[in-house]
Amino acid sequence: MAKLKTLADLTQKRQGILSKRAEKRYVAINSSGTCGLSSGSDKVFQALGEEIGKQGLSGQVEVRATGCLGFCENSPIVMIFPESICYTKVKPEDVPEIVDQTLVGGKLVERLLYQGENGKRIAREGDIPFYKHQSRIVFGNNRLIDPKSIEDYIALGGYSALAKALVEMSPEGVLDTVKKANLRGRGGGGFPAGTKWETTRNAPGKTKYVIVNADEGDPGAYMDRSLLEGNPHSVLEGLIIGAYAIGAHEGYVYVRQEYPLAVENLTIALNQARQYGLLGRNILGSGFSFEVTIHRGAGAFVSGESSALMNAIEGRVGEPRPKYIRTAVSGVREKPSNLNNVETWANVPLIIDRGADWFTGIGTKGSKGTKIFSLVGKVNNTGLVEVPMGMTLRRIIYDIGGGIKQGKKFKAVQTGGPSGGVLPESLLDLPVDFDQLAEAGSMMGSGGMIVMDEDSCMVDVARYFLDFLSGESCGKCVPCREGIRQMLRILNRICEGEGKSGDIGLLEELSAVVRDSSLCALGQTAPNPVLSTIKYFREEYIAHIEQKRCPAGVCKALVSYYIVPDKCQACQICARECPVSAISGGKNLVHVIDQGKCTKCGTCIEVCPSKFDAVVKLSGKPVPAAPPPGTEVTRSRGKKR
Amino acid sequence: MKKGASVTLTIDGKEVRAKTGMTILEAARKAGIYIPTLCHNDKLEPYGACRICTVEVSRNKKTRLVTACVYPAEDGLIVKTDTPRVIEIRKMLLELMLASSPSKMIEDLARRYGVTKSRFEADRTNCILCGQCVRYCNEVKGANAIGFVGRGTERRVVFFPEIASTVCASCRECFSLCPTGKLPSETDGVSFTDLTLEDYLGADRRSV
Repeated sequence: MAKLKTLADLTQKRQGILSKRAEKRYVAINSSGTCGLSSGSDKVFQALGEEIGKQGLSGQVEVRATGCLGFCENSPIVMIFPESICYTKVKPEDVPEIVDQTLVGGKLVERLLYQGENGKRIAREGDIPFYKHQSRIVFGNNRLIDPKSIEDYIALGGYSALAKALVEMSPEGVLDTVKKANLRGRGGGGFPAGTKWETTRNAPGKTKYVIVNADEGDPGAYMDRSLLEGNPHSVLEGLIIGAYAIGAHEGYVYVRQEYPLAVENLTIALNQARQYGLLGRNILGSGFSFEVTIHRGAGAFVSGESSALMNAIEGRVGEPRPKYIRTAVSGVREKPSNLNNVETWANVPLIIDRGADWFTGIGTKGSKGTKIFSLVGKVNNTGLVEVPMGMTLRRIIYDIGGGIKQGKKFKAVQTGGPSGGVLPESLLDLPVDFDQLAEAGSMMGSGGMIVMDEDSCMVDVARYFLDFLSGESCGKCVPCREGIRQMLRILNRICEGEGKSGDIGLLEELSAVVRDSSLCALGQTAPNPVLSTIKYFREEYIAHIEQKRCPAGVCKALVSYYIVPDKCQACQICARECPVSAISGGKNLVHVIDQGKCTKCGTCIEVCPSKFDAVVKLSGKPVPAAPPPGTEVTRSRGKKR
Repeated sequence: MKKGASVTLTIDGKEVRAKTGMTILEAARKAGIYIPTLCHNDKLEPYGACRICTVEVSRNKKTRLVTACVYPAEDGLIVKTDTPRVIEIRKMLLELMLASSPSKMIEDLARRYGVTKSRFEADRTNCILCGQCVRYCNEVKGANAIGFVGRGTERRVVFFPEIASTVCASCRECFSLCPTGKLPSETDGVSFTDLTLEDYLGADRRSV
């Protein structure tokens, strides 16, 4: 591959790729994403290749293993372009039919199409509600690209923004455009990227760094991984453009060790970009030179904090620095270092390509563009969703997410990961943007969105996040380390039924101190899960503390299982399945749970046939006395229940 | 601004002259204004871990809470070392430390703020992880015989056996720095030659 030396070379290259491909249709499959692979899409990919070869279609059809398509619930997905036919949950044995019917016969395989409401089958990707309500400007190209192929990226206009910036724009012009676009950091704080860039650009010192923060660590969040795995060139292109605007010639991608596929695809992308002359010395003949090093992190959540990340890149322990000086001014090796998250960088080429006005046309007053969320938890359509800033939680959860699983009742949504908060049903119509979420006591964070139903206990949720943080705090400063330790102890006590009056007040008081006096953002935001659950679900805390009752029936110490005597039909299933043999009662005899032996695993309630419904979960009230031994069951046969 | 240039700031209503490069703590001490510290040591780099020196600073009508041991003395800065919020924070931090490390030094400081007991359950580590031992060994002695292991609530101090066995017995200079007295008491009589990484300071915590 000869290096591209000018803008004209790049344009010519793209035209060459496009004309070579003009005659081909192609099949995309979400094979190369981590989640796709785990659902077996590599086998589907292989089967497609073989079947297409067998049918002699290799010349006309290209099979492309793409990154994550976001719709995890229906993985593996096979999409057929140009029609955008979307087949869901495809197995290798479905492949001959797809090739035969669709690629050869031009007909749909109905049974593999997504089934919408009322059982109606939907053929096209864009008509599926999950996709229909999204605006996938950043994430959408994942379905068109083999992340291991730079040609796929170039074919879609990739690197044209870089060429535009280097050839037609001054560094100041690029900076102005990003500032005008009001691009805010997608990693957590929502700090304006342009302002940060400018700080680094104007900071004294010749050597400057630009860095990609790919230390995504929030439980349940994986948008950065999917972007880096599925479209690494978009992140790289954004980084190079940023480097040009800032005046940096060296960059880092700080990516966690737990993301091997992201590292692999990124490494390939860097090598290809170097071969094409898009990275390295004198990029596209512009005179601008830039190099990138991948730094693999050892999986510490706190290393996502900017100064801790700088320490980690220097080979030190990933601990935040206590200094009141921004890393944008003094970062890696005390040089000005501009750090932005994966998704922020991926927005940059789009802004340069289409202009700041286009970008500010999307979103709300203070938050422009789109945001990718990992929509997980008790929602029907789990997956990665990209929506314009300002879409309401209700639309995200119901229109895109398809509502709550098993028809249950929505209770709360947790946004922003461990630093974020829990929002109740009354806030479902809140437009999701940086400022609105913060005002409601949560935060955008990097985009985690965990939906919870009536079976979730809010005290337990707060406990879960504090437990996560107790292991992920670096442990350096007193308020974060000891504050989290004590908050967790109090929450544990409450969940164990040993809550005391005054606990809520103490939690609030302690939270305020941890927030105000911790060294870094991890500690400063650590109380959010506690404060937001107290704010919106105080009555649940009170029920735990005063009535020793867990309203959701989650906290084991506060629930008991009981077999209602006149419902029990002595089928013996629960007695057989009970892992600790806590259930007694033979043929025709009412079964009884020995409360002393019961470990509250809930197996009995799960296995009790629904036509009997004899096992109940009790919380906050005493277990009724067991019937005398030898009590016979009341037969319900013939009775209408 | 050039290092060493003169700046004037206000601490508790008093005009204080300092030099750029100095911290609020240094400027306050020079002016005889008391700010409590636990992890600070003049011989060592500012560390900002105990947060007990938290003060309120205002500039351009914006007020924030910062640690005096790290925050630079800036011209025109208005510092308040004993606002109600600052006192509340110190009291809570002392309650937290009393639960983990009730030493004489911490009890005395707590009493100064009217804190005589902690509302938190005792969870004894007898170490506030001020890191003076670790930093002194690294920054002053260049020996690196002692360091931190673990993260979060599991963070603790250990002697690194290979180094400690050769240098610690004849040095022991870090002992006097320890604000909880744990270091001298727990290493009393320890021959540093048979240490392992499991002999970390605070190894007793699970039994407490």
